[in-house]
Amino acid sequence: MLLEWMMNGHAILYTGVTLAFWSTILIVGICYTIFDLGFRFDVAWFLTETSPFMWASLGIGLAISLSVVGAAWGIYITGSSIIGGGVKAPRIKTKNLVSIIFCEAVAIYGIIMAIVISNMAEDFSGTTPETIGARNYQAGYSMFGAGLTVGFSNLFCGICVGIVGSGAALADAQNASLFVKILIVEIFGSAIGLFGVIVAILQTSKVKMGD
Amino acid sequence: MAELSFNVDHGYLEGLVRGMKAGILTHTDYHNLAQCDTLEDMKLHLQSTSYGKLLSSSEADLTVSLVDSKLRESLVTEFSCLRSNALPPLSAFLDYITYSYMIDNVVMLITGALKQRDVAELLPRCHPLGAFDQMAAVGIARTPTELYSAILVDTPLAQFFQDAVSESNLDEMEAEILRNKLYKFEADRRAFIITVNSFGTDLSGGERSELYPSCGKLYPEGLRLLAKAEDHEQVKAVADCYPVKLNTLAFLQQFHFGVFYSYIKLKEQESRNIVWIAECVTQRQKSKINNYIPIFPGTS
Repeated sequence: MLLEWMMNGHAILYTGVTLAFWSTILIVGICYTIFDLGFRFDVAWFLTETSPFMWASLGIGLAISLSVVGAAWGIYITGSSIIGGGVKAPRIKTKNLVSIIFCEAVAIYGIIMAIVISNMAEDFSGTTPETIGARNYQAGYSMFGAGLTVGFSNLFCGICVGIVGSGAALADAQNASLFVKILIVEIFGSAIGLFGVIVAILQTSKVKMGD
Repeated sequence: MAELSFNVDHGYLEGLVRGMKAGILTHTDYHNLAQCDTLEDMKLHLQSTSYGKLLSSSEADLTVSLVDSKLRESLVTEFSCLRSNALPPLSAFLDYITYSYMIDNVVMLITGALKQRDVAELLPRCHPLGAFDQMAAVGIARTPTELYSAILVDTPLAQFFQDAVSESNLDEMEAEILRNKLYKFEADRRAFIITVNSFGTDLSGGERSELYPSCGKLYPEGLRLLAKAEDHEQVKAVADCYPVKLNTLAFLQQFHFGVFYSYIKLKEQESRNIVWIAECVTQRQKSKINNYIPIFPGTS
């Protein structure tokens, strides 16, 4: 069976690419060590030479895009179940839009955080690591971290609310008294997205870019 | 991680089939139907269920066979609605469901041709879910190899017939054995049917176990029990936990294909129940009328 799996086209591609990648890294690493060029692998140089603006922009981008992916995922999972269940039980159509609204809230958290974070980006006039100053570096890293936090927590929150909402729609179609109980589960699910927003706000509370 | 991607392709159909499952008759409906005195009363009661105007639009006299064919028609309509909206892999799964009906049809046509019955007369009696293009030509074949190479190789049934074809001529017992060999994928039900059918014939217990399929939930303990069973009581004891209950349990989980298969089987069971009740009503055998199998006891 393993041989059959290996004969599969996808498997050959993945193993080939992974093998090429890791062998390149191994060979480059060995060469650097042998030729005493290890000093060139410099993490500190990377962190000080990249602009804090790069980290800030990455954080803003991740905040909004991952939140939107989570919201979209949740909405399509719930929406298809609502449409399917609504054919034979049309009464569920309006009530179950609440599940869609919970998923949408996740995207709203994302855009609010993206706007809040992007308002913290200010101009500074340094060009070398010494003149830029520690505070600007800290600002960049905080904005990146906050974006990551809110993005991933909204991603999983959106998926969670979507799956629960799908179950709620199908259960509501069978028995109308179940909807409110499952809605409580959804409320707990959407609370975890809120946790991400709170932590992100705390992360960016001390950010001050500028001279 | 099925729940993450199942709804993209199949969410709508799963919601639809669960809605259709809610229309399956319940205990109270069966109770009402059992109280009827004539088929006209039954027609009236069926109108208030999800069957609606199914029977009232027919012009012909109301007979039990008409009820049976109308019920079957409604099942076929629902199935084609599901099948036409399905994407792969769900479409392949629904096709597998039709294969069992196709095999039934083929075996029936073969046995009919052996008894020199006219093929055109048998065609309307084939199950509509198992219809395929070359059905009429099946009756002409004389040996299994001819059957396979001329006709079945073009149909989806080719993969099943490949292993079962042998050089011997067709005769009645062989046809049934052929059918059982082909049915390896509908294990449990076949095991029961083989057991019950073999009570009357001279297949011994040993031969019976050879015919049992080697998959399905009953393997291996249930099969051993069945091989030892000698009368209907023992078979009933083994059967107590199985078919209808398993089918209803499939609805307790979301995001899998089991609901489609279970829905078809439960709908079939329901038509059998309704026809049984109709027969009892027309023959005025009220005592036997409660021998149907209730599907959803007690729910409203």
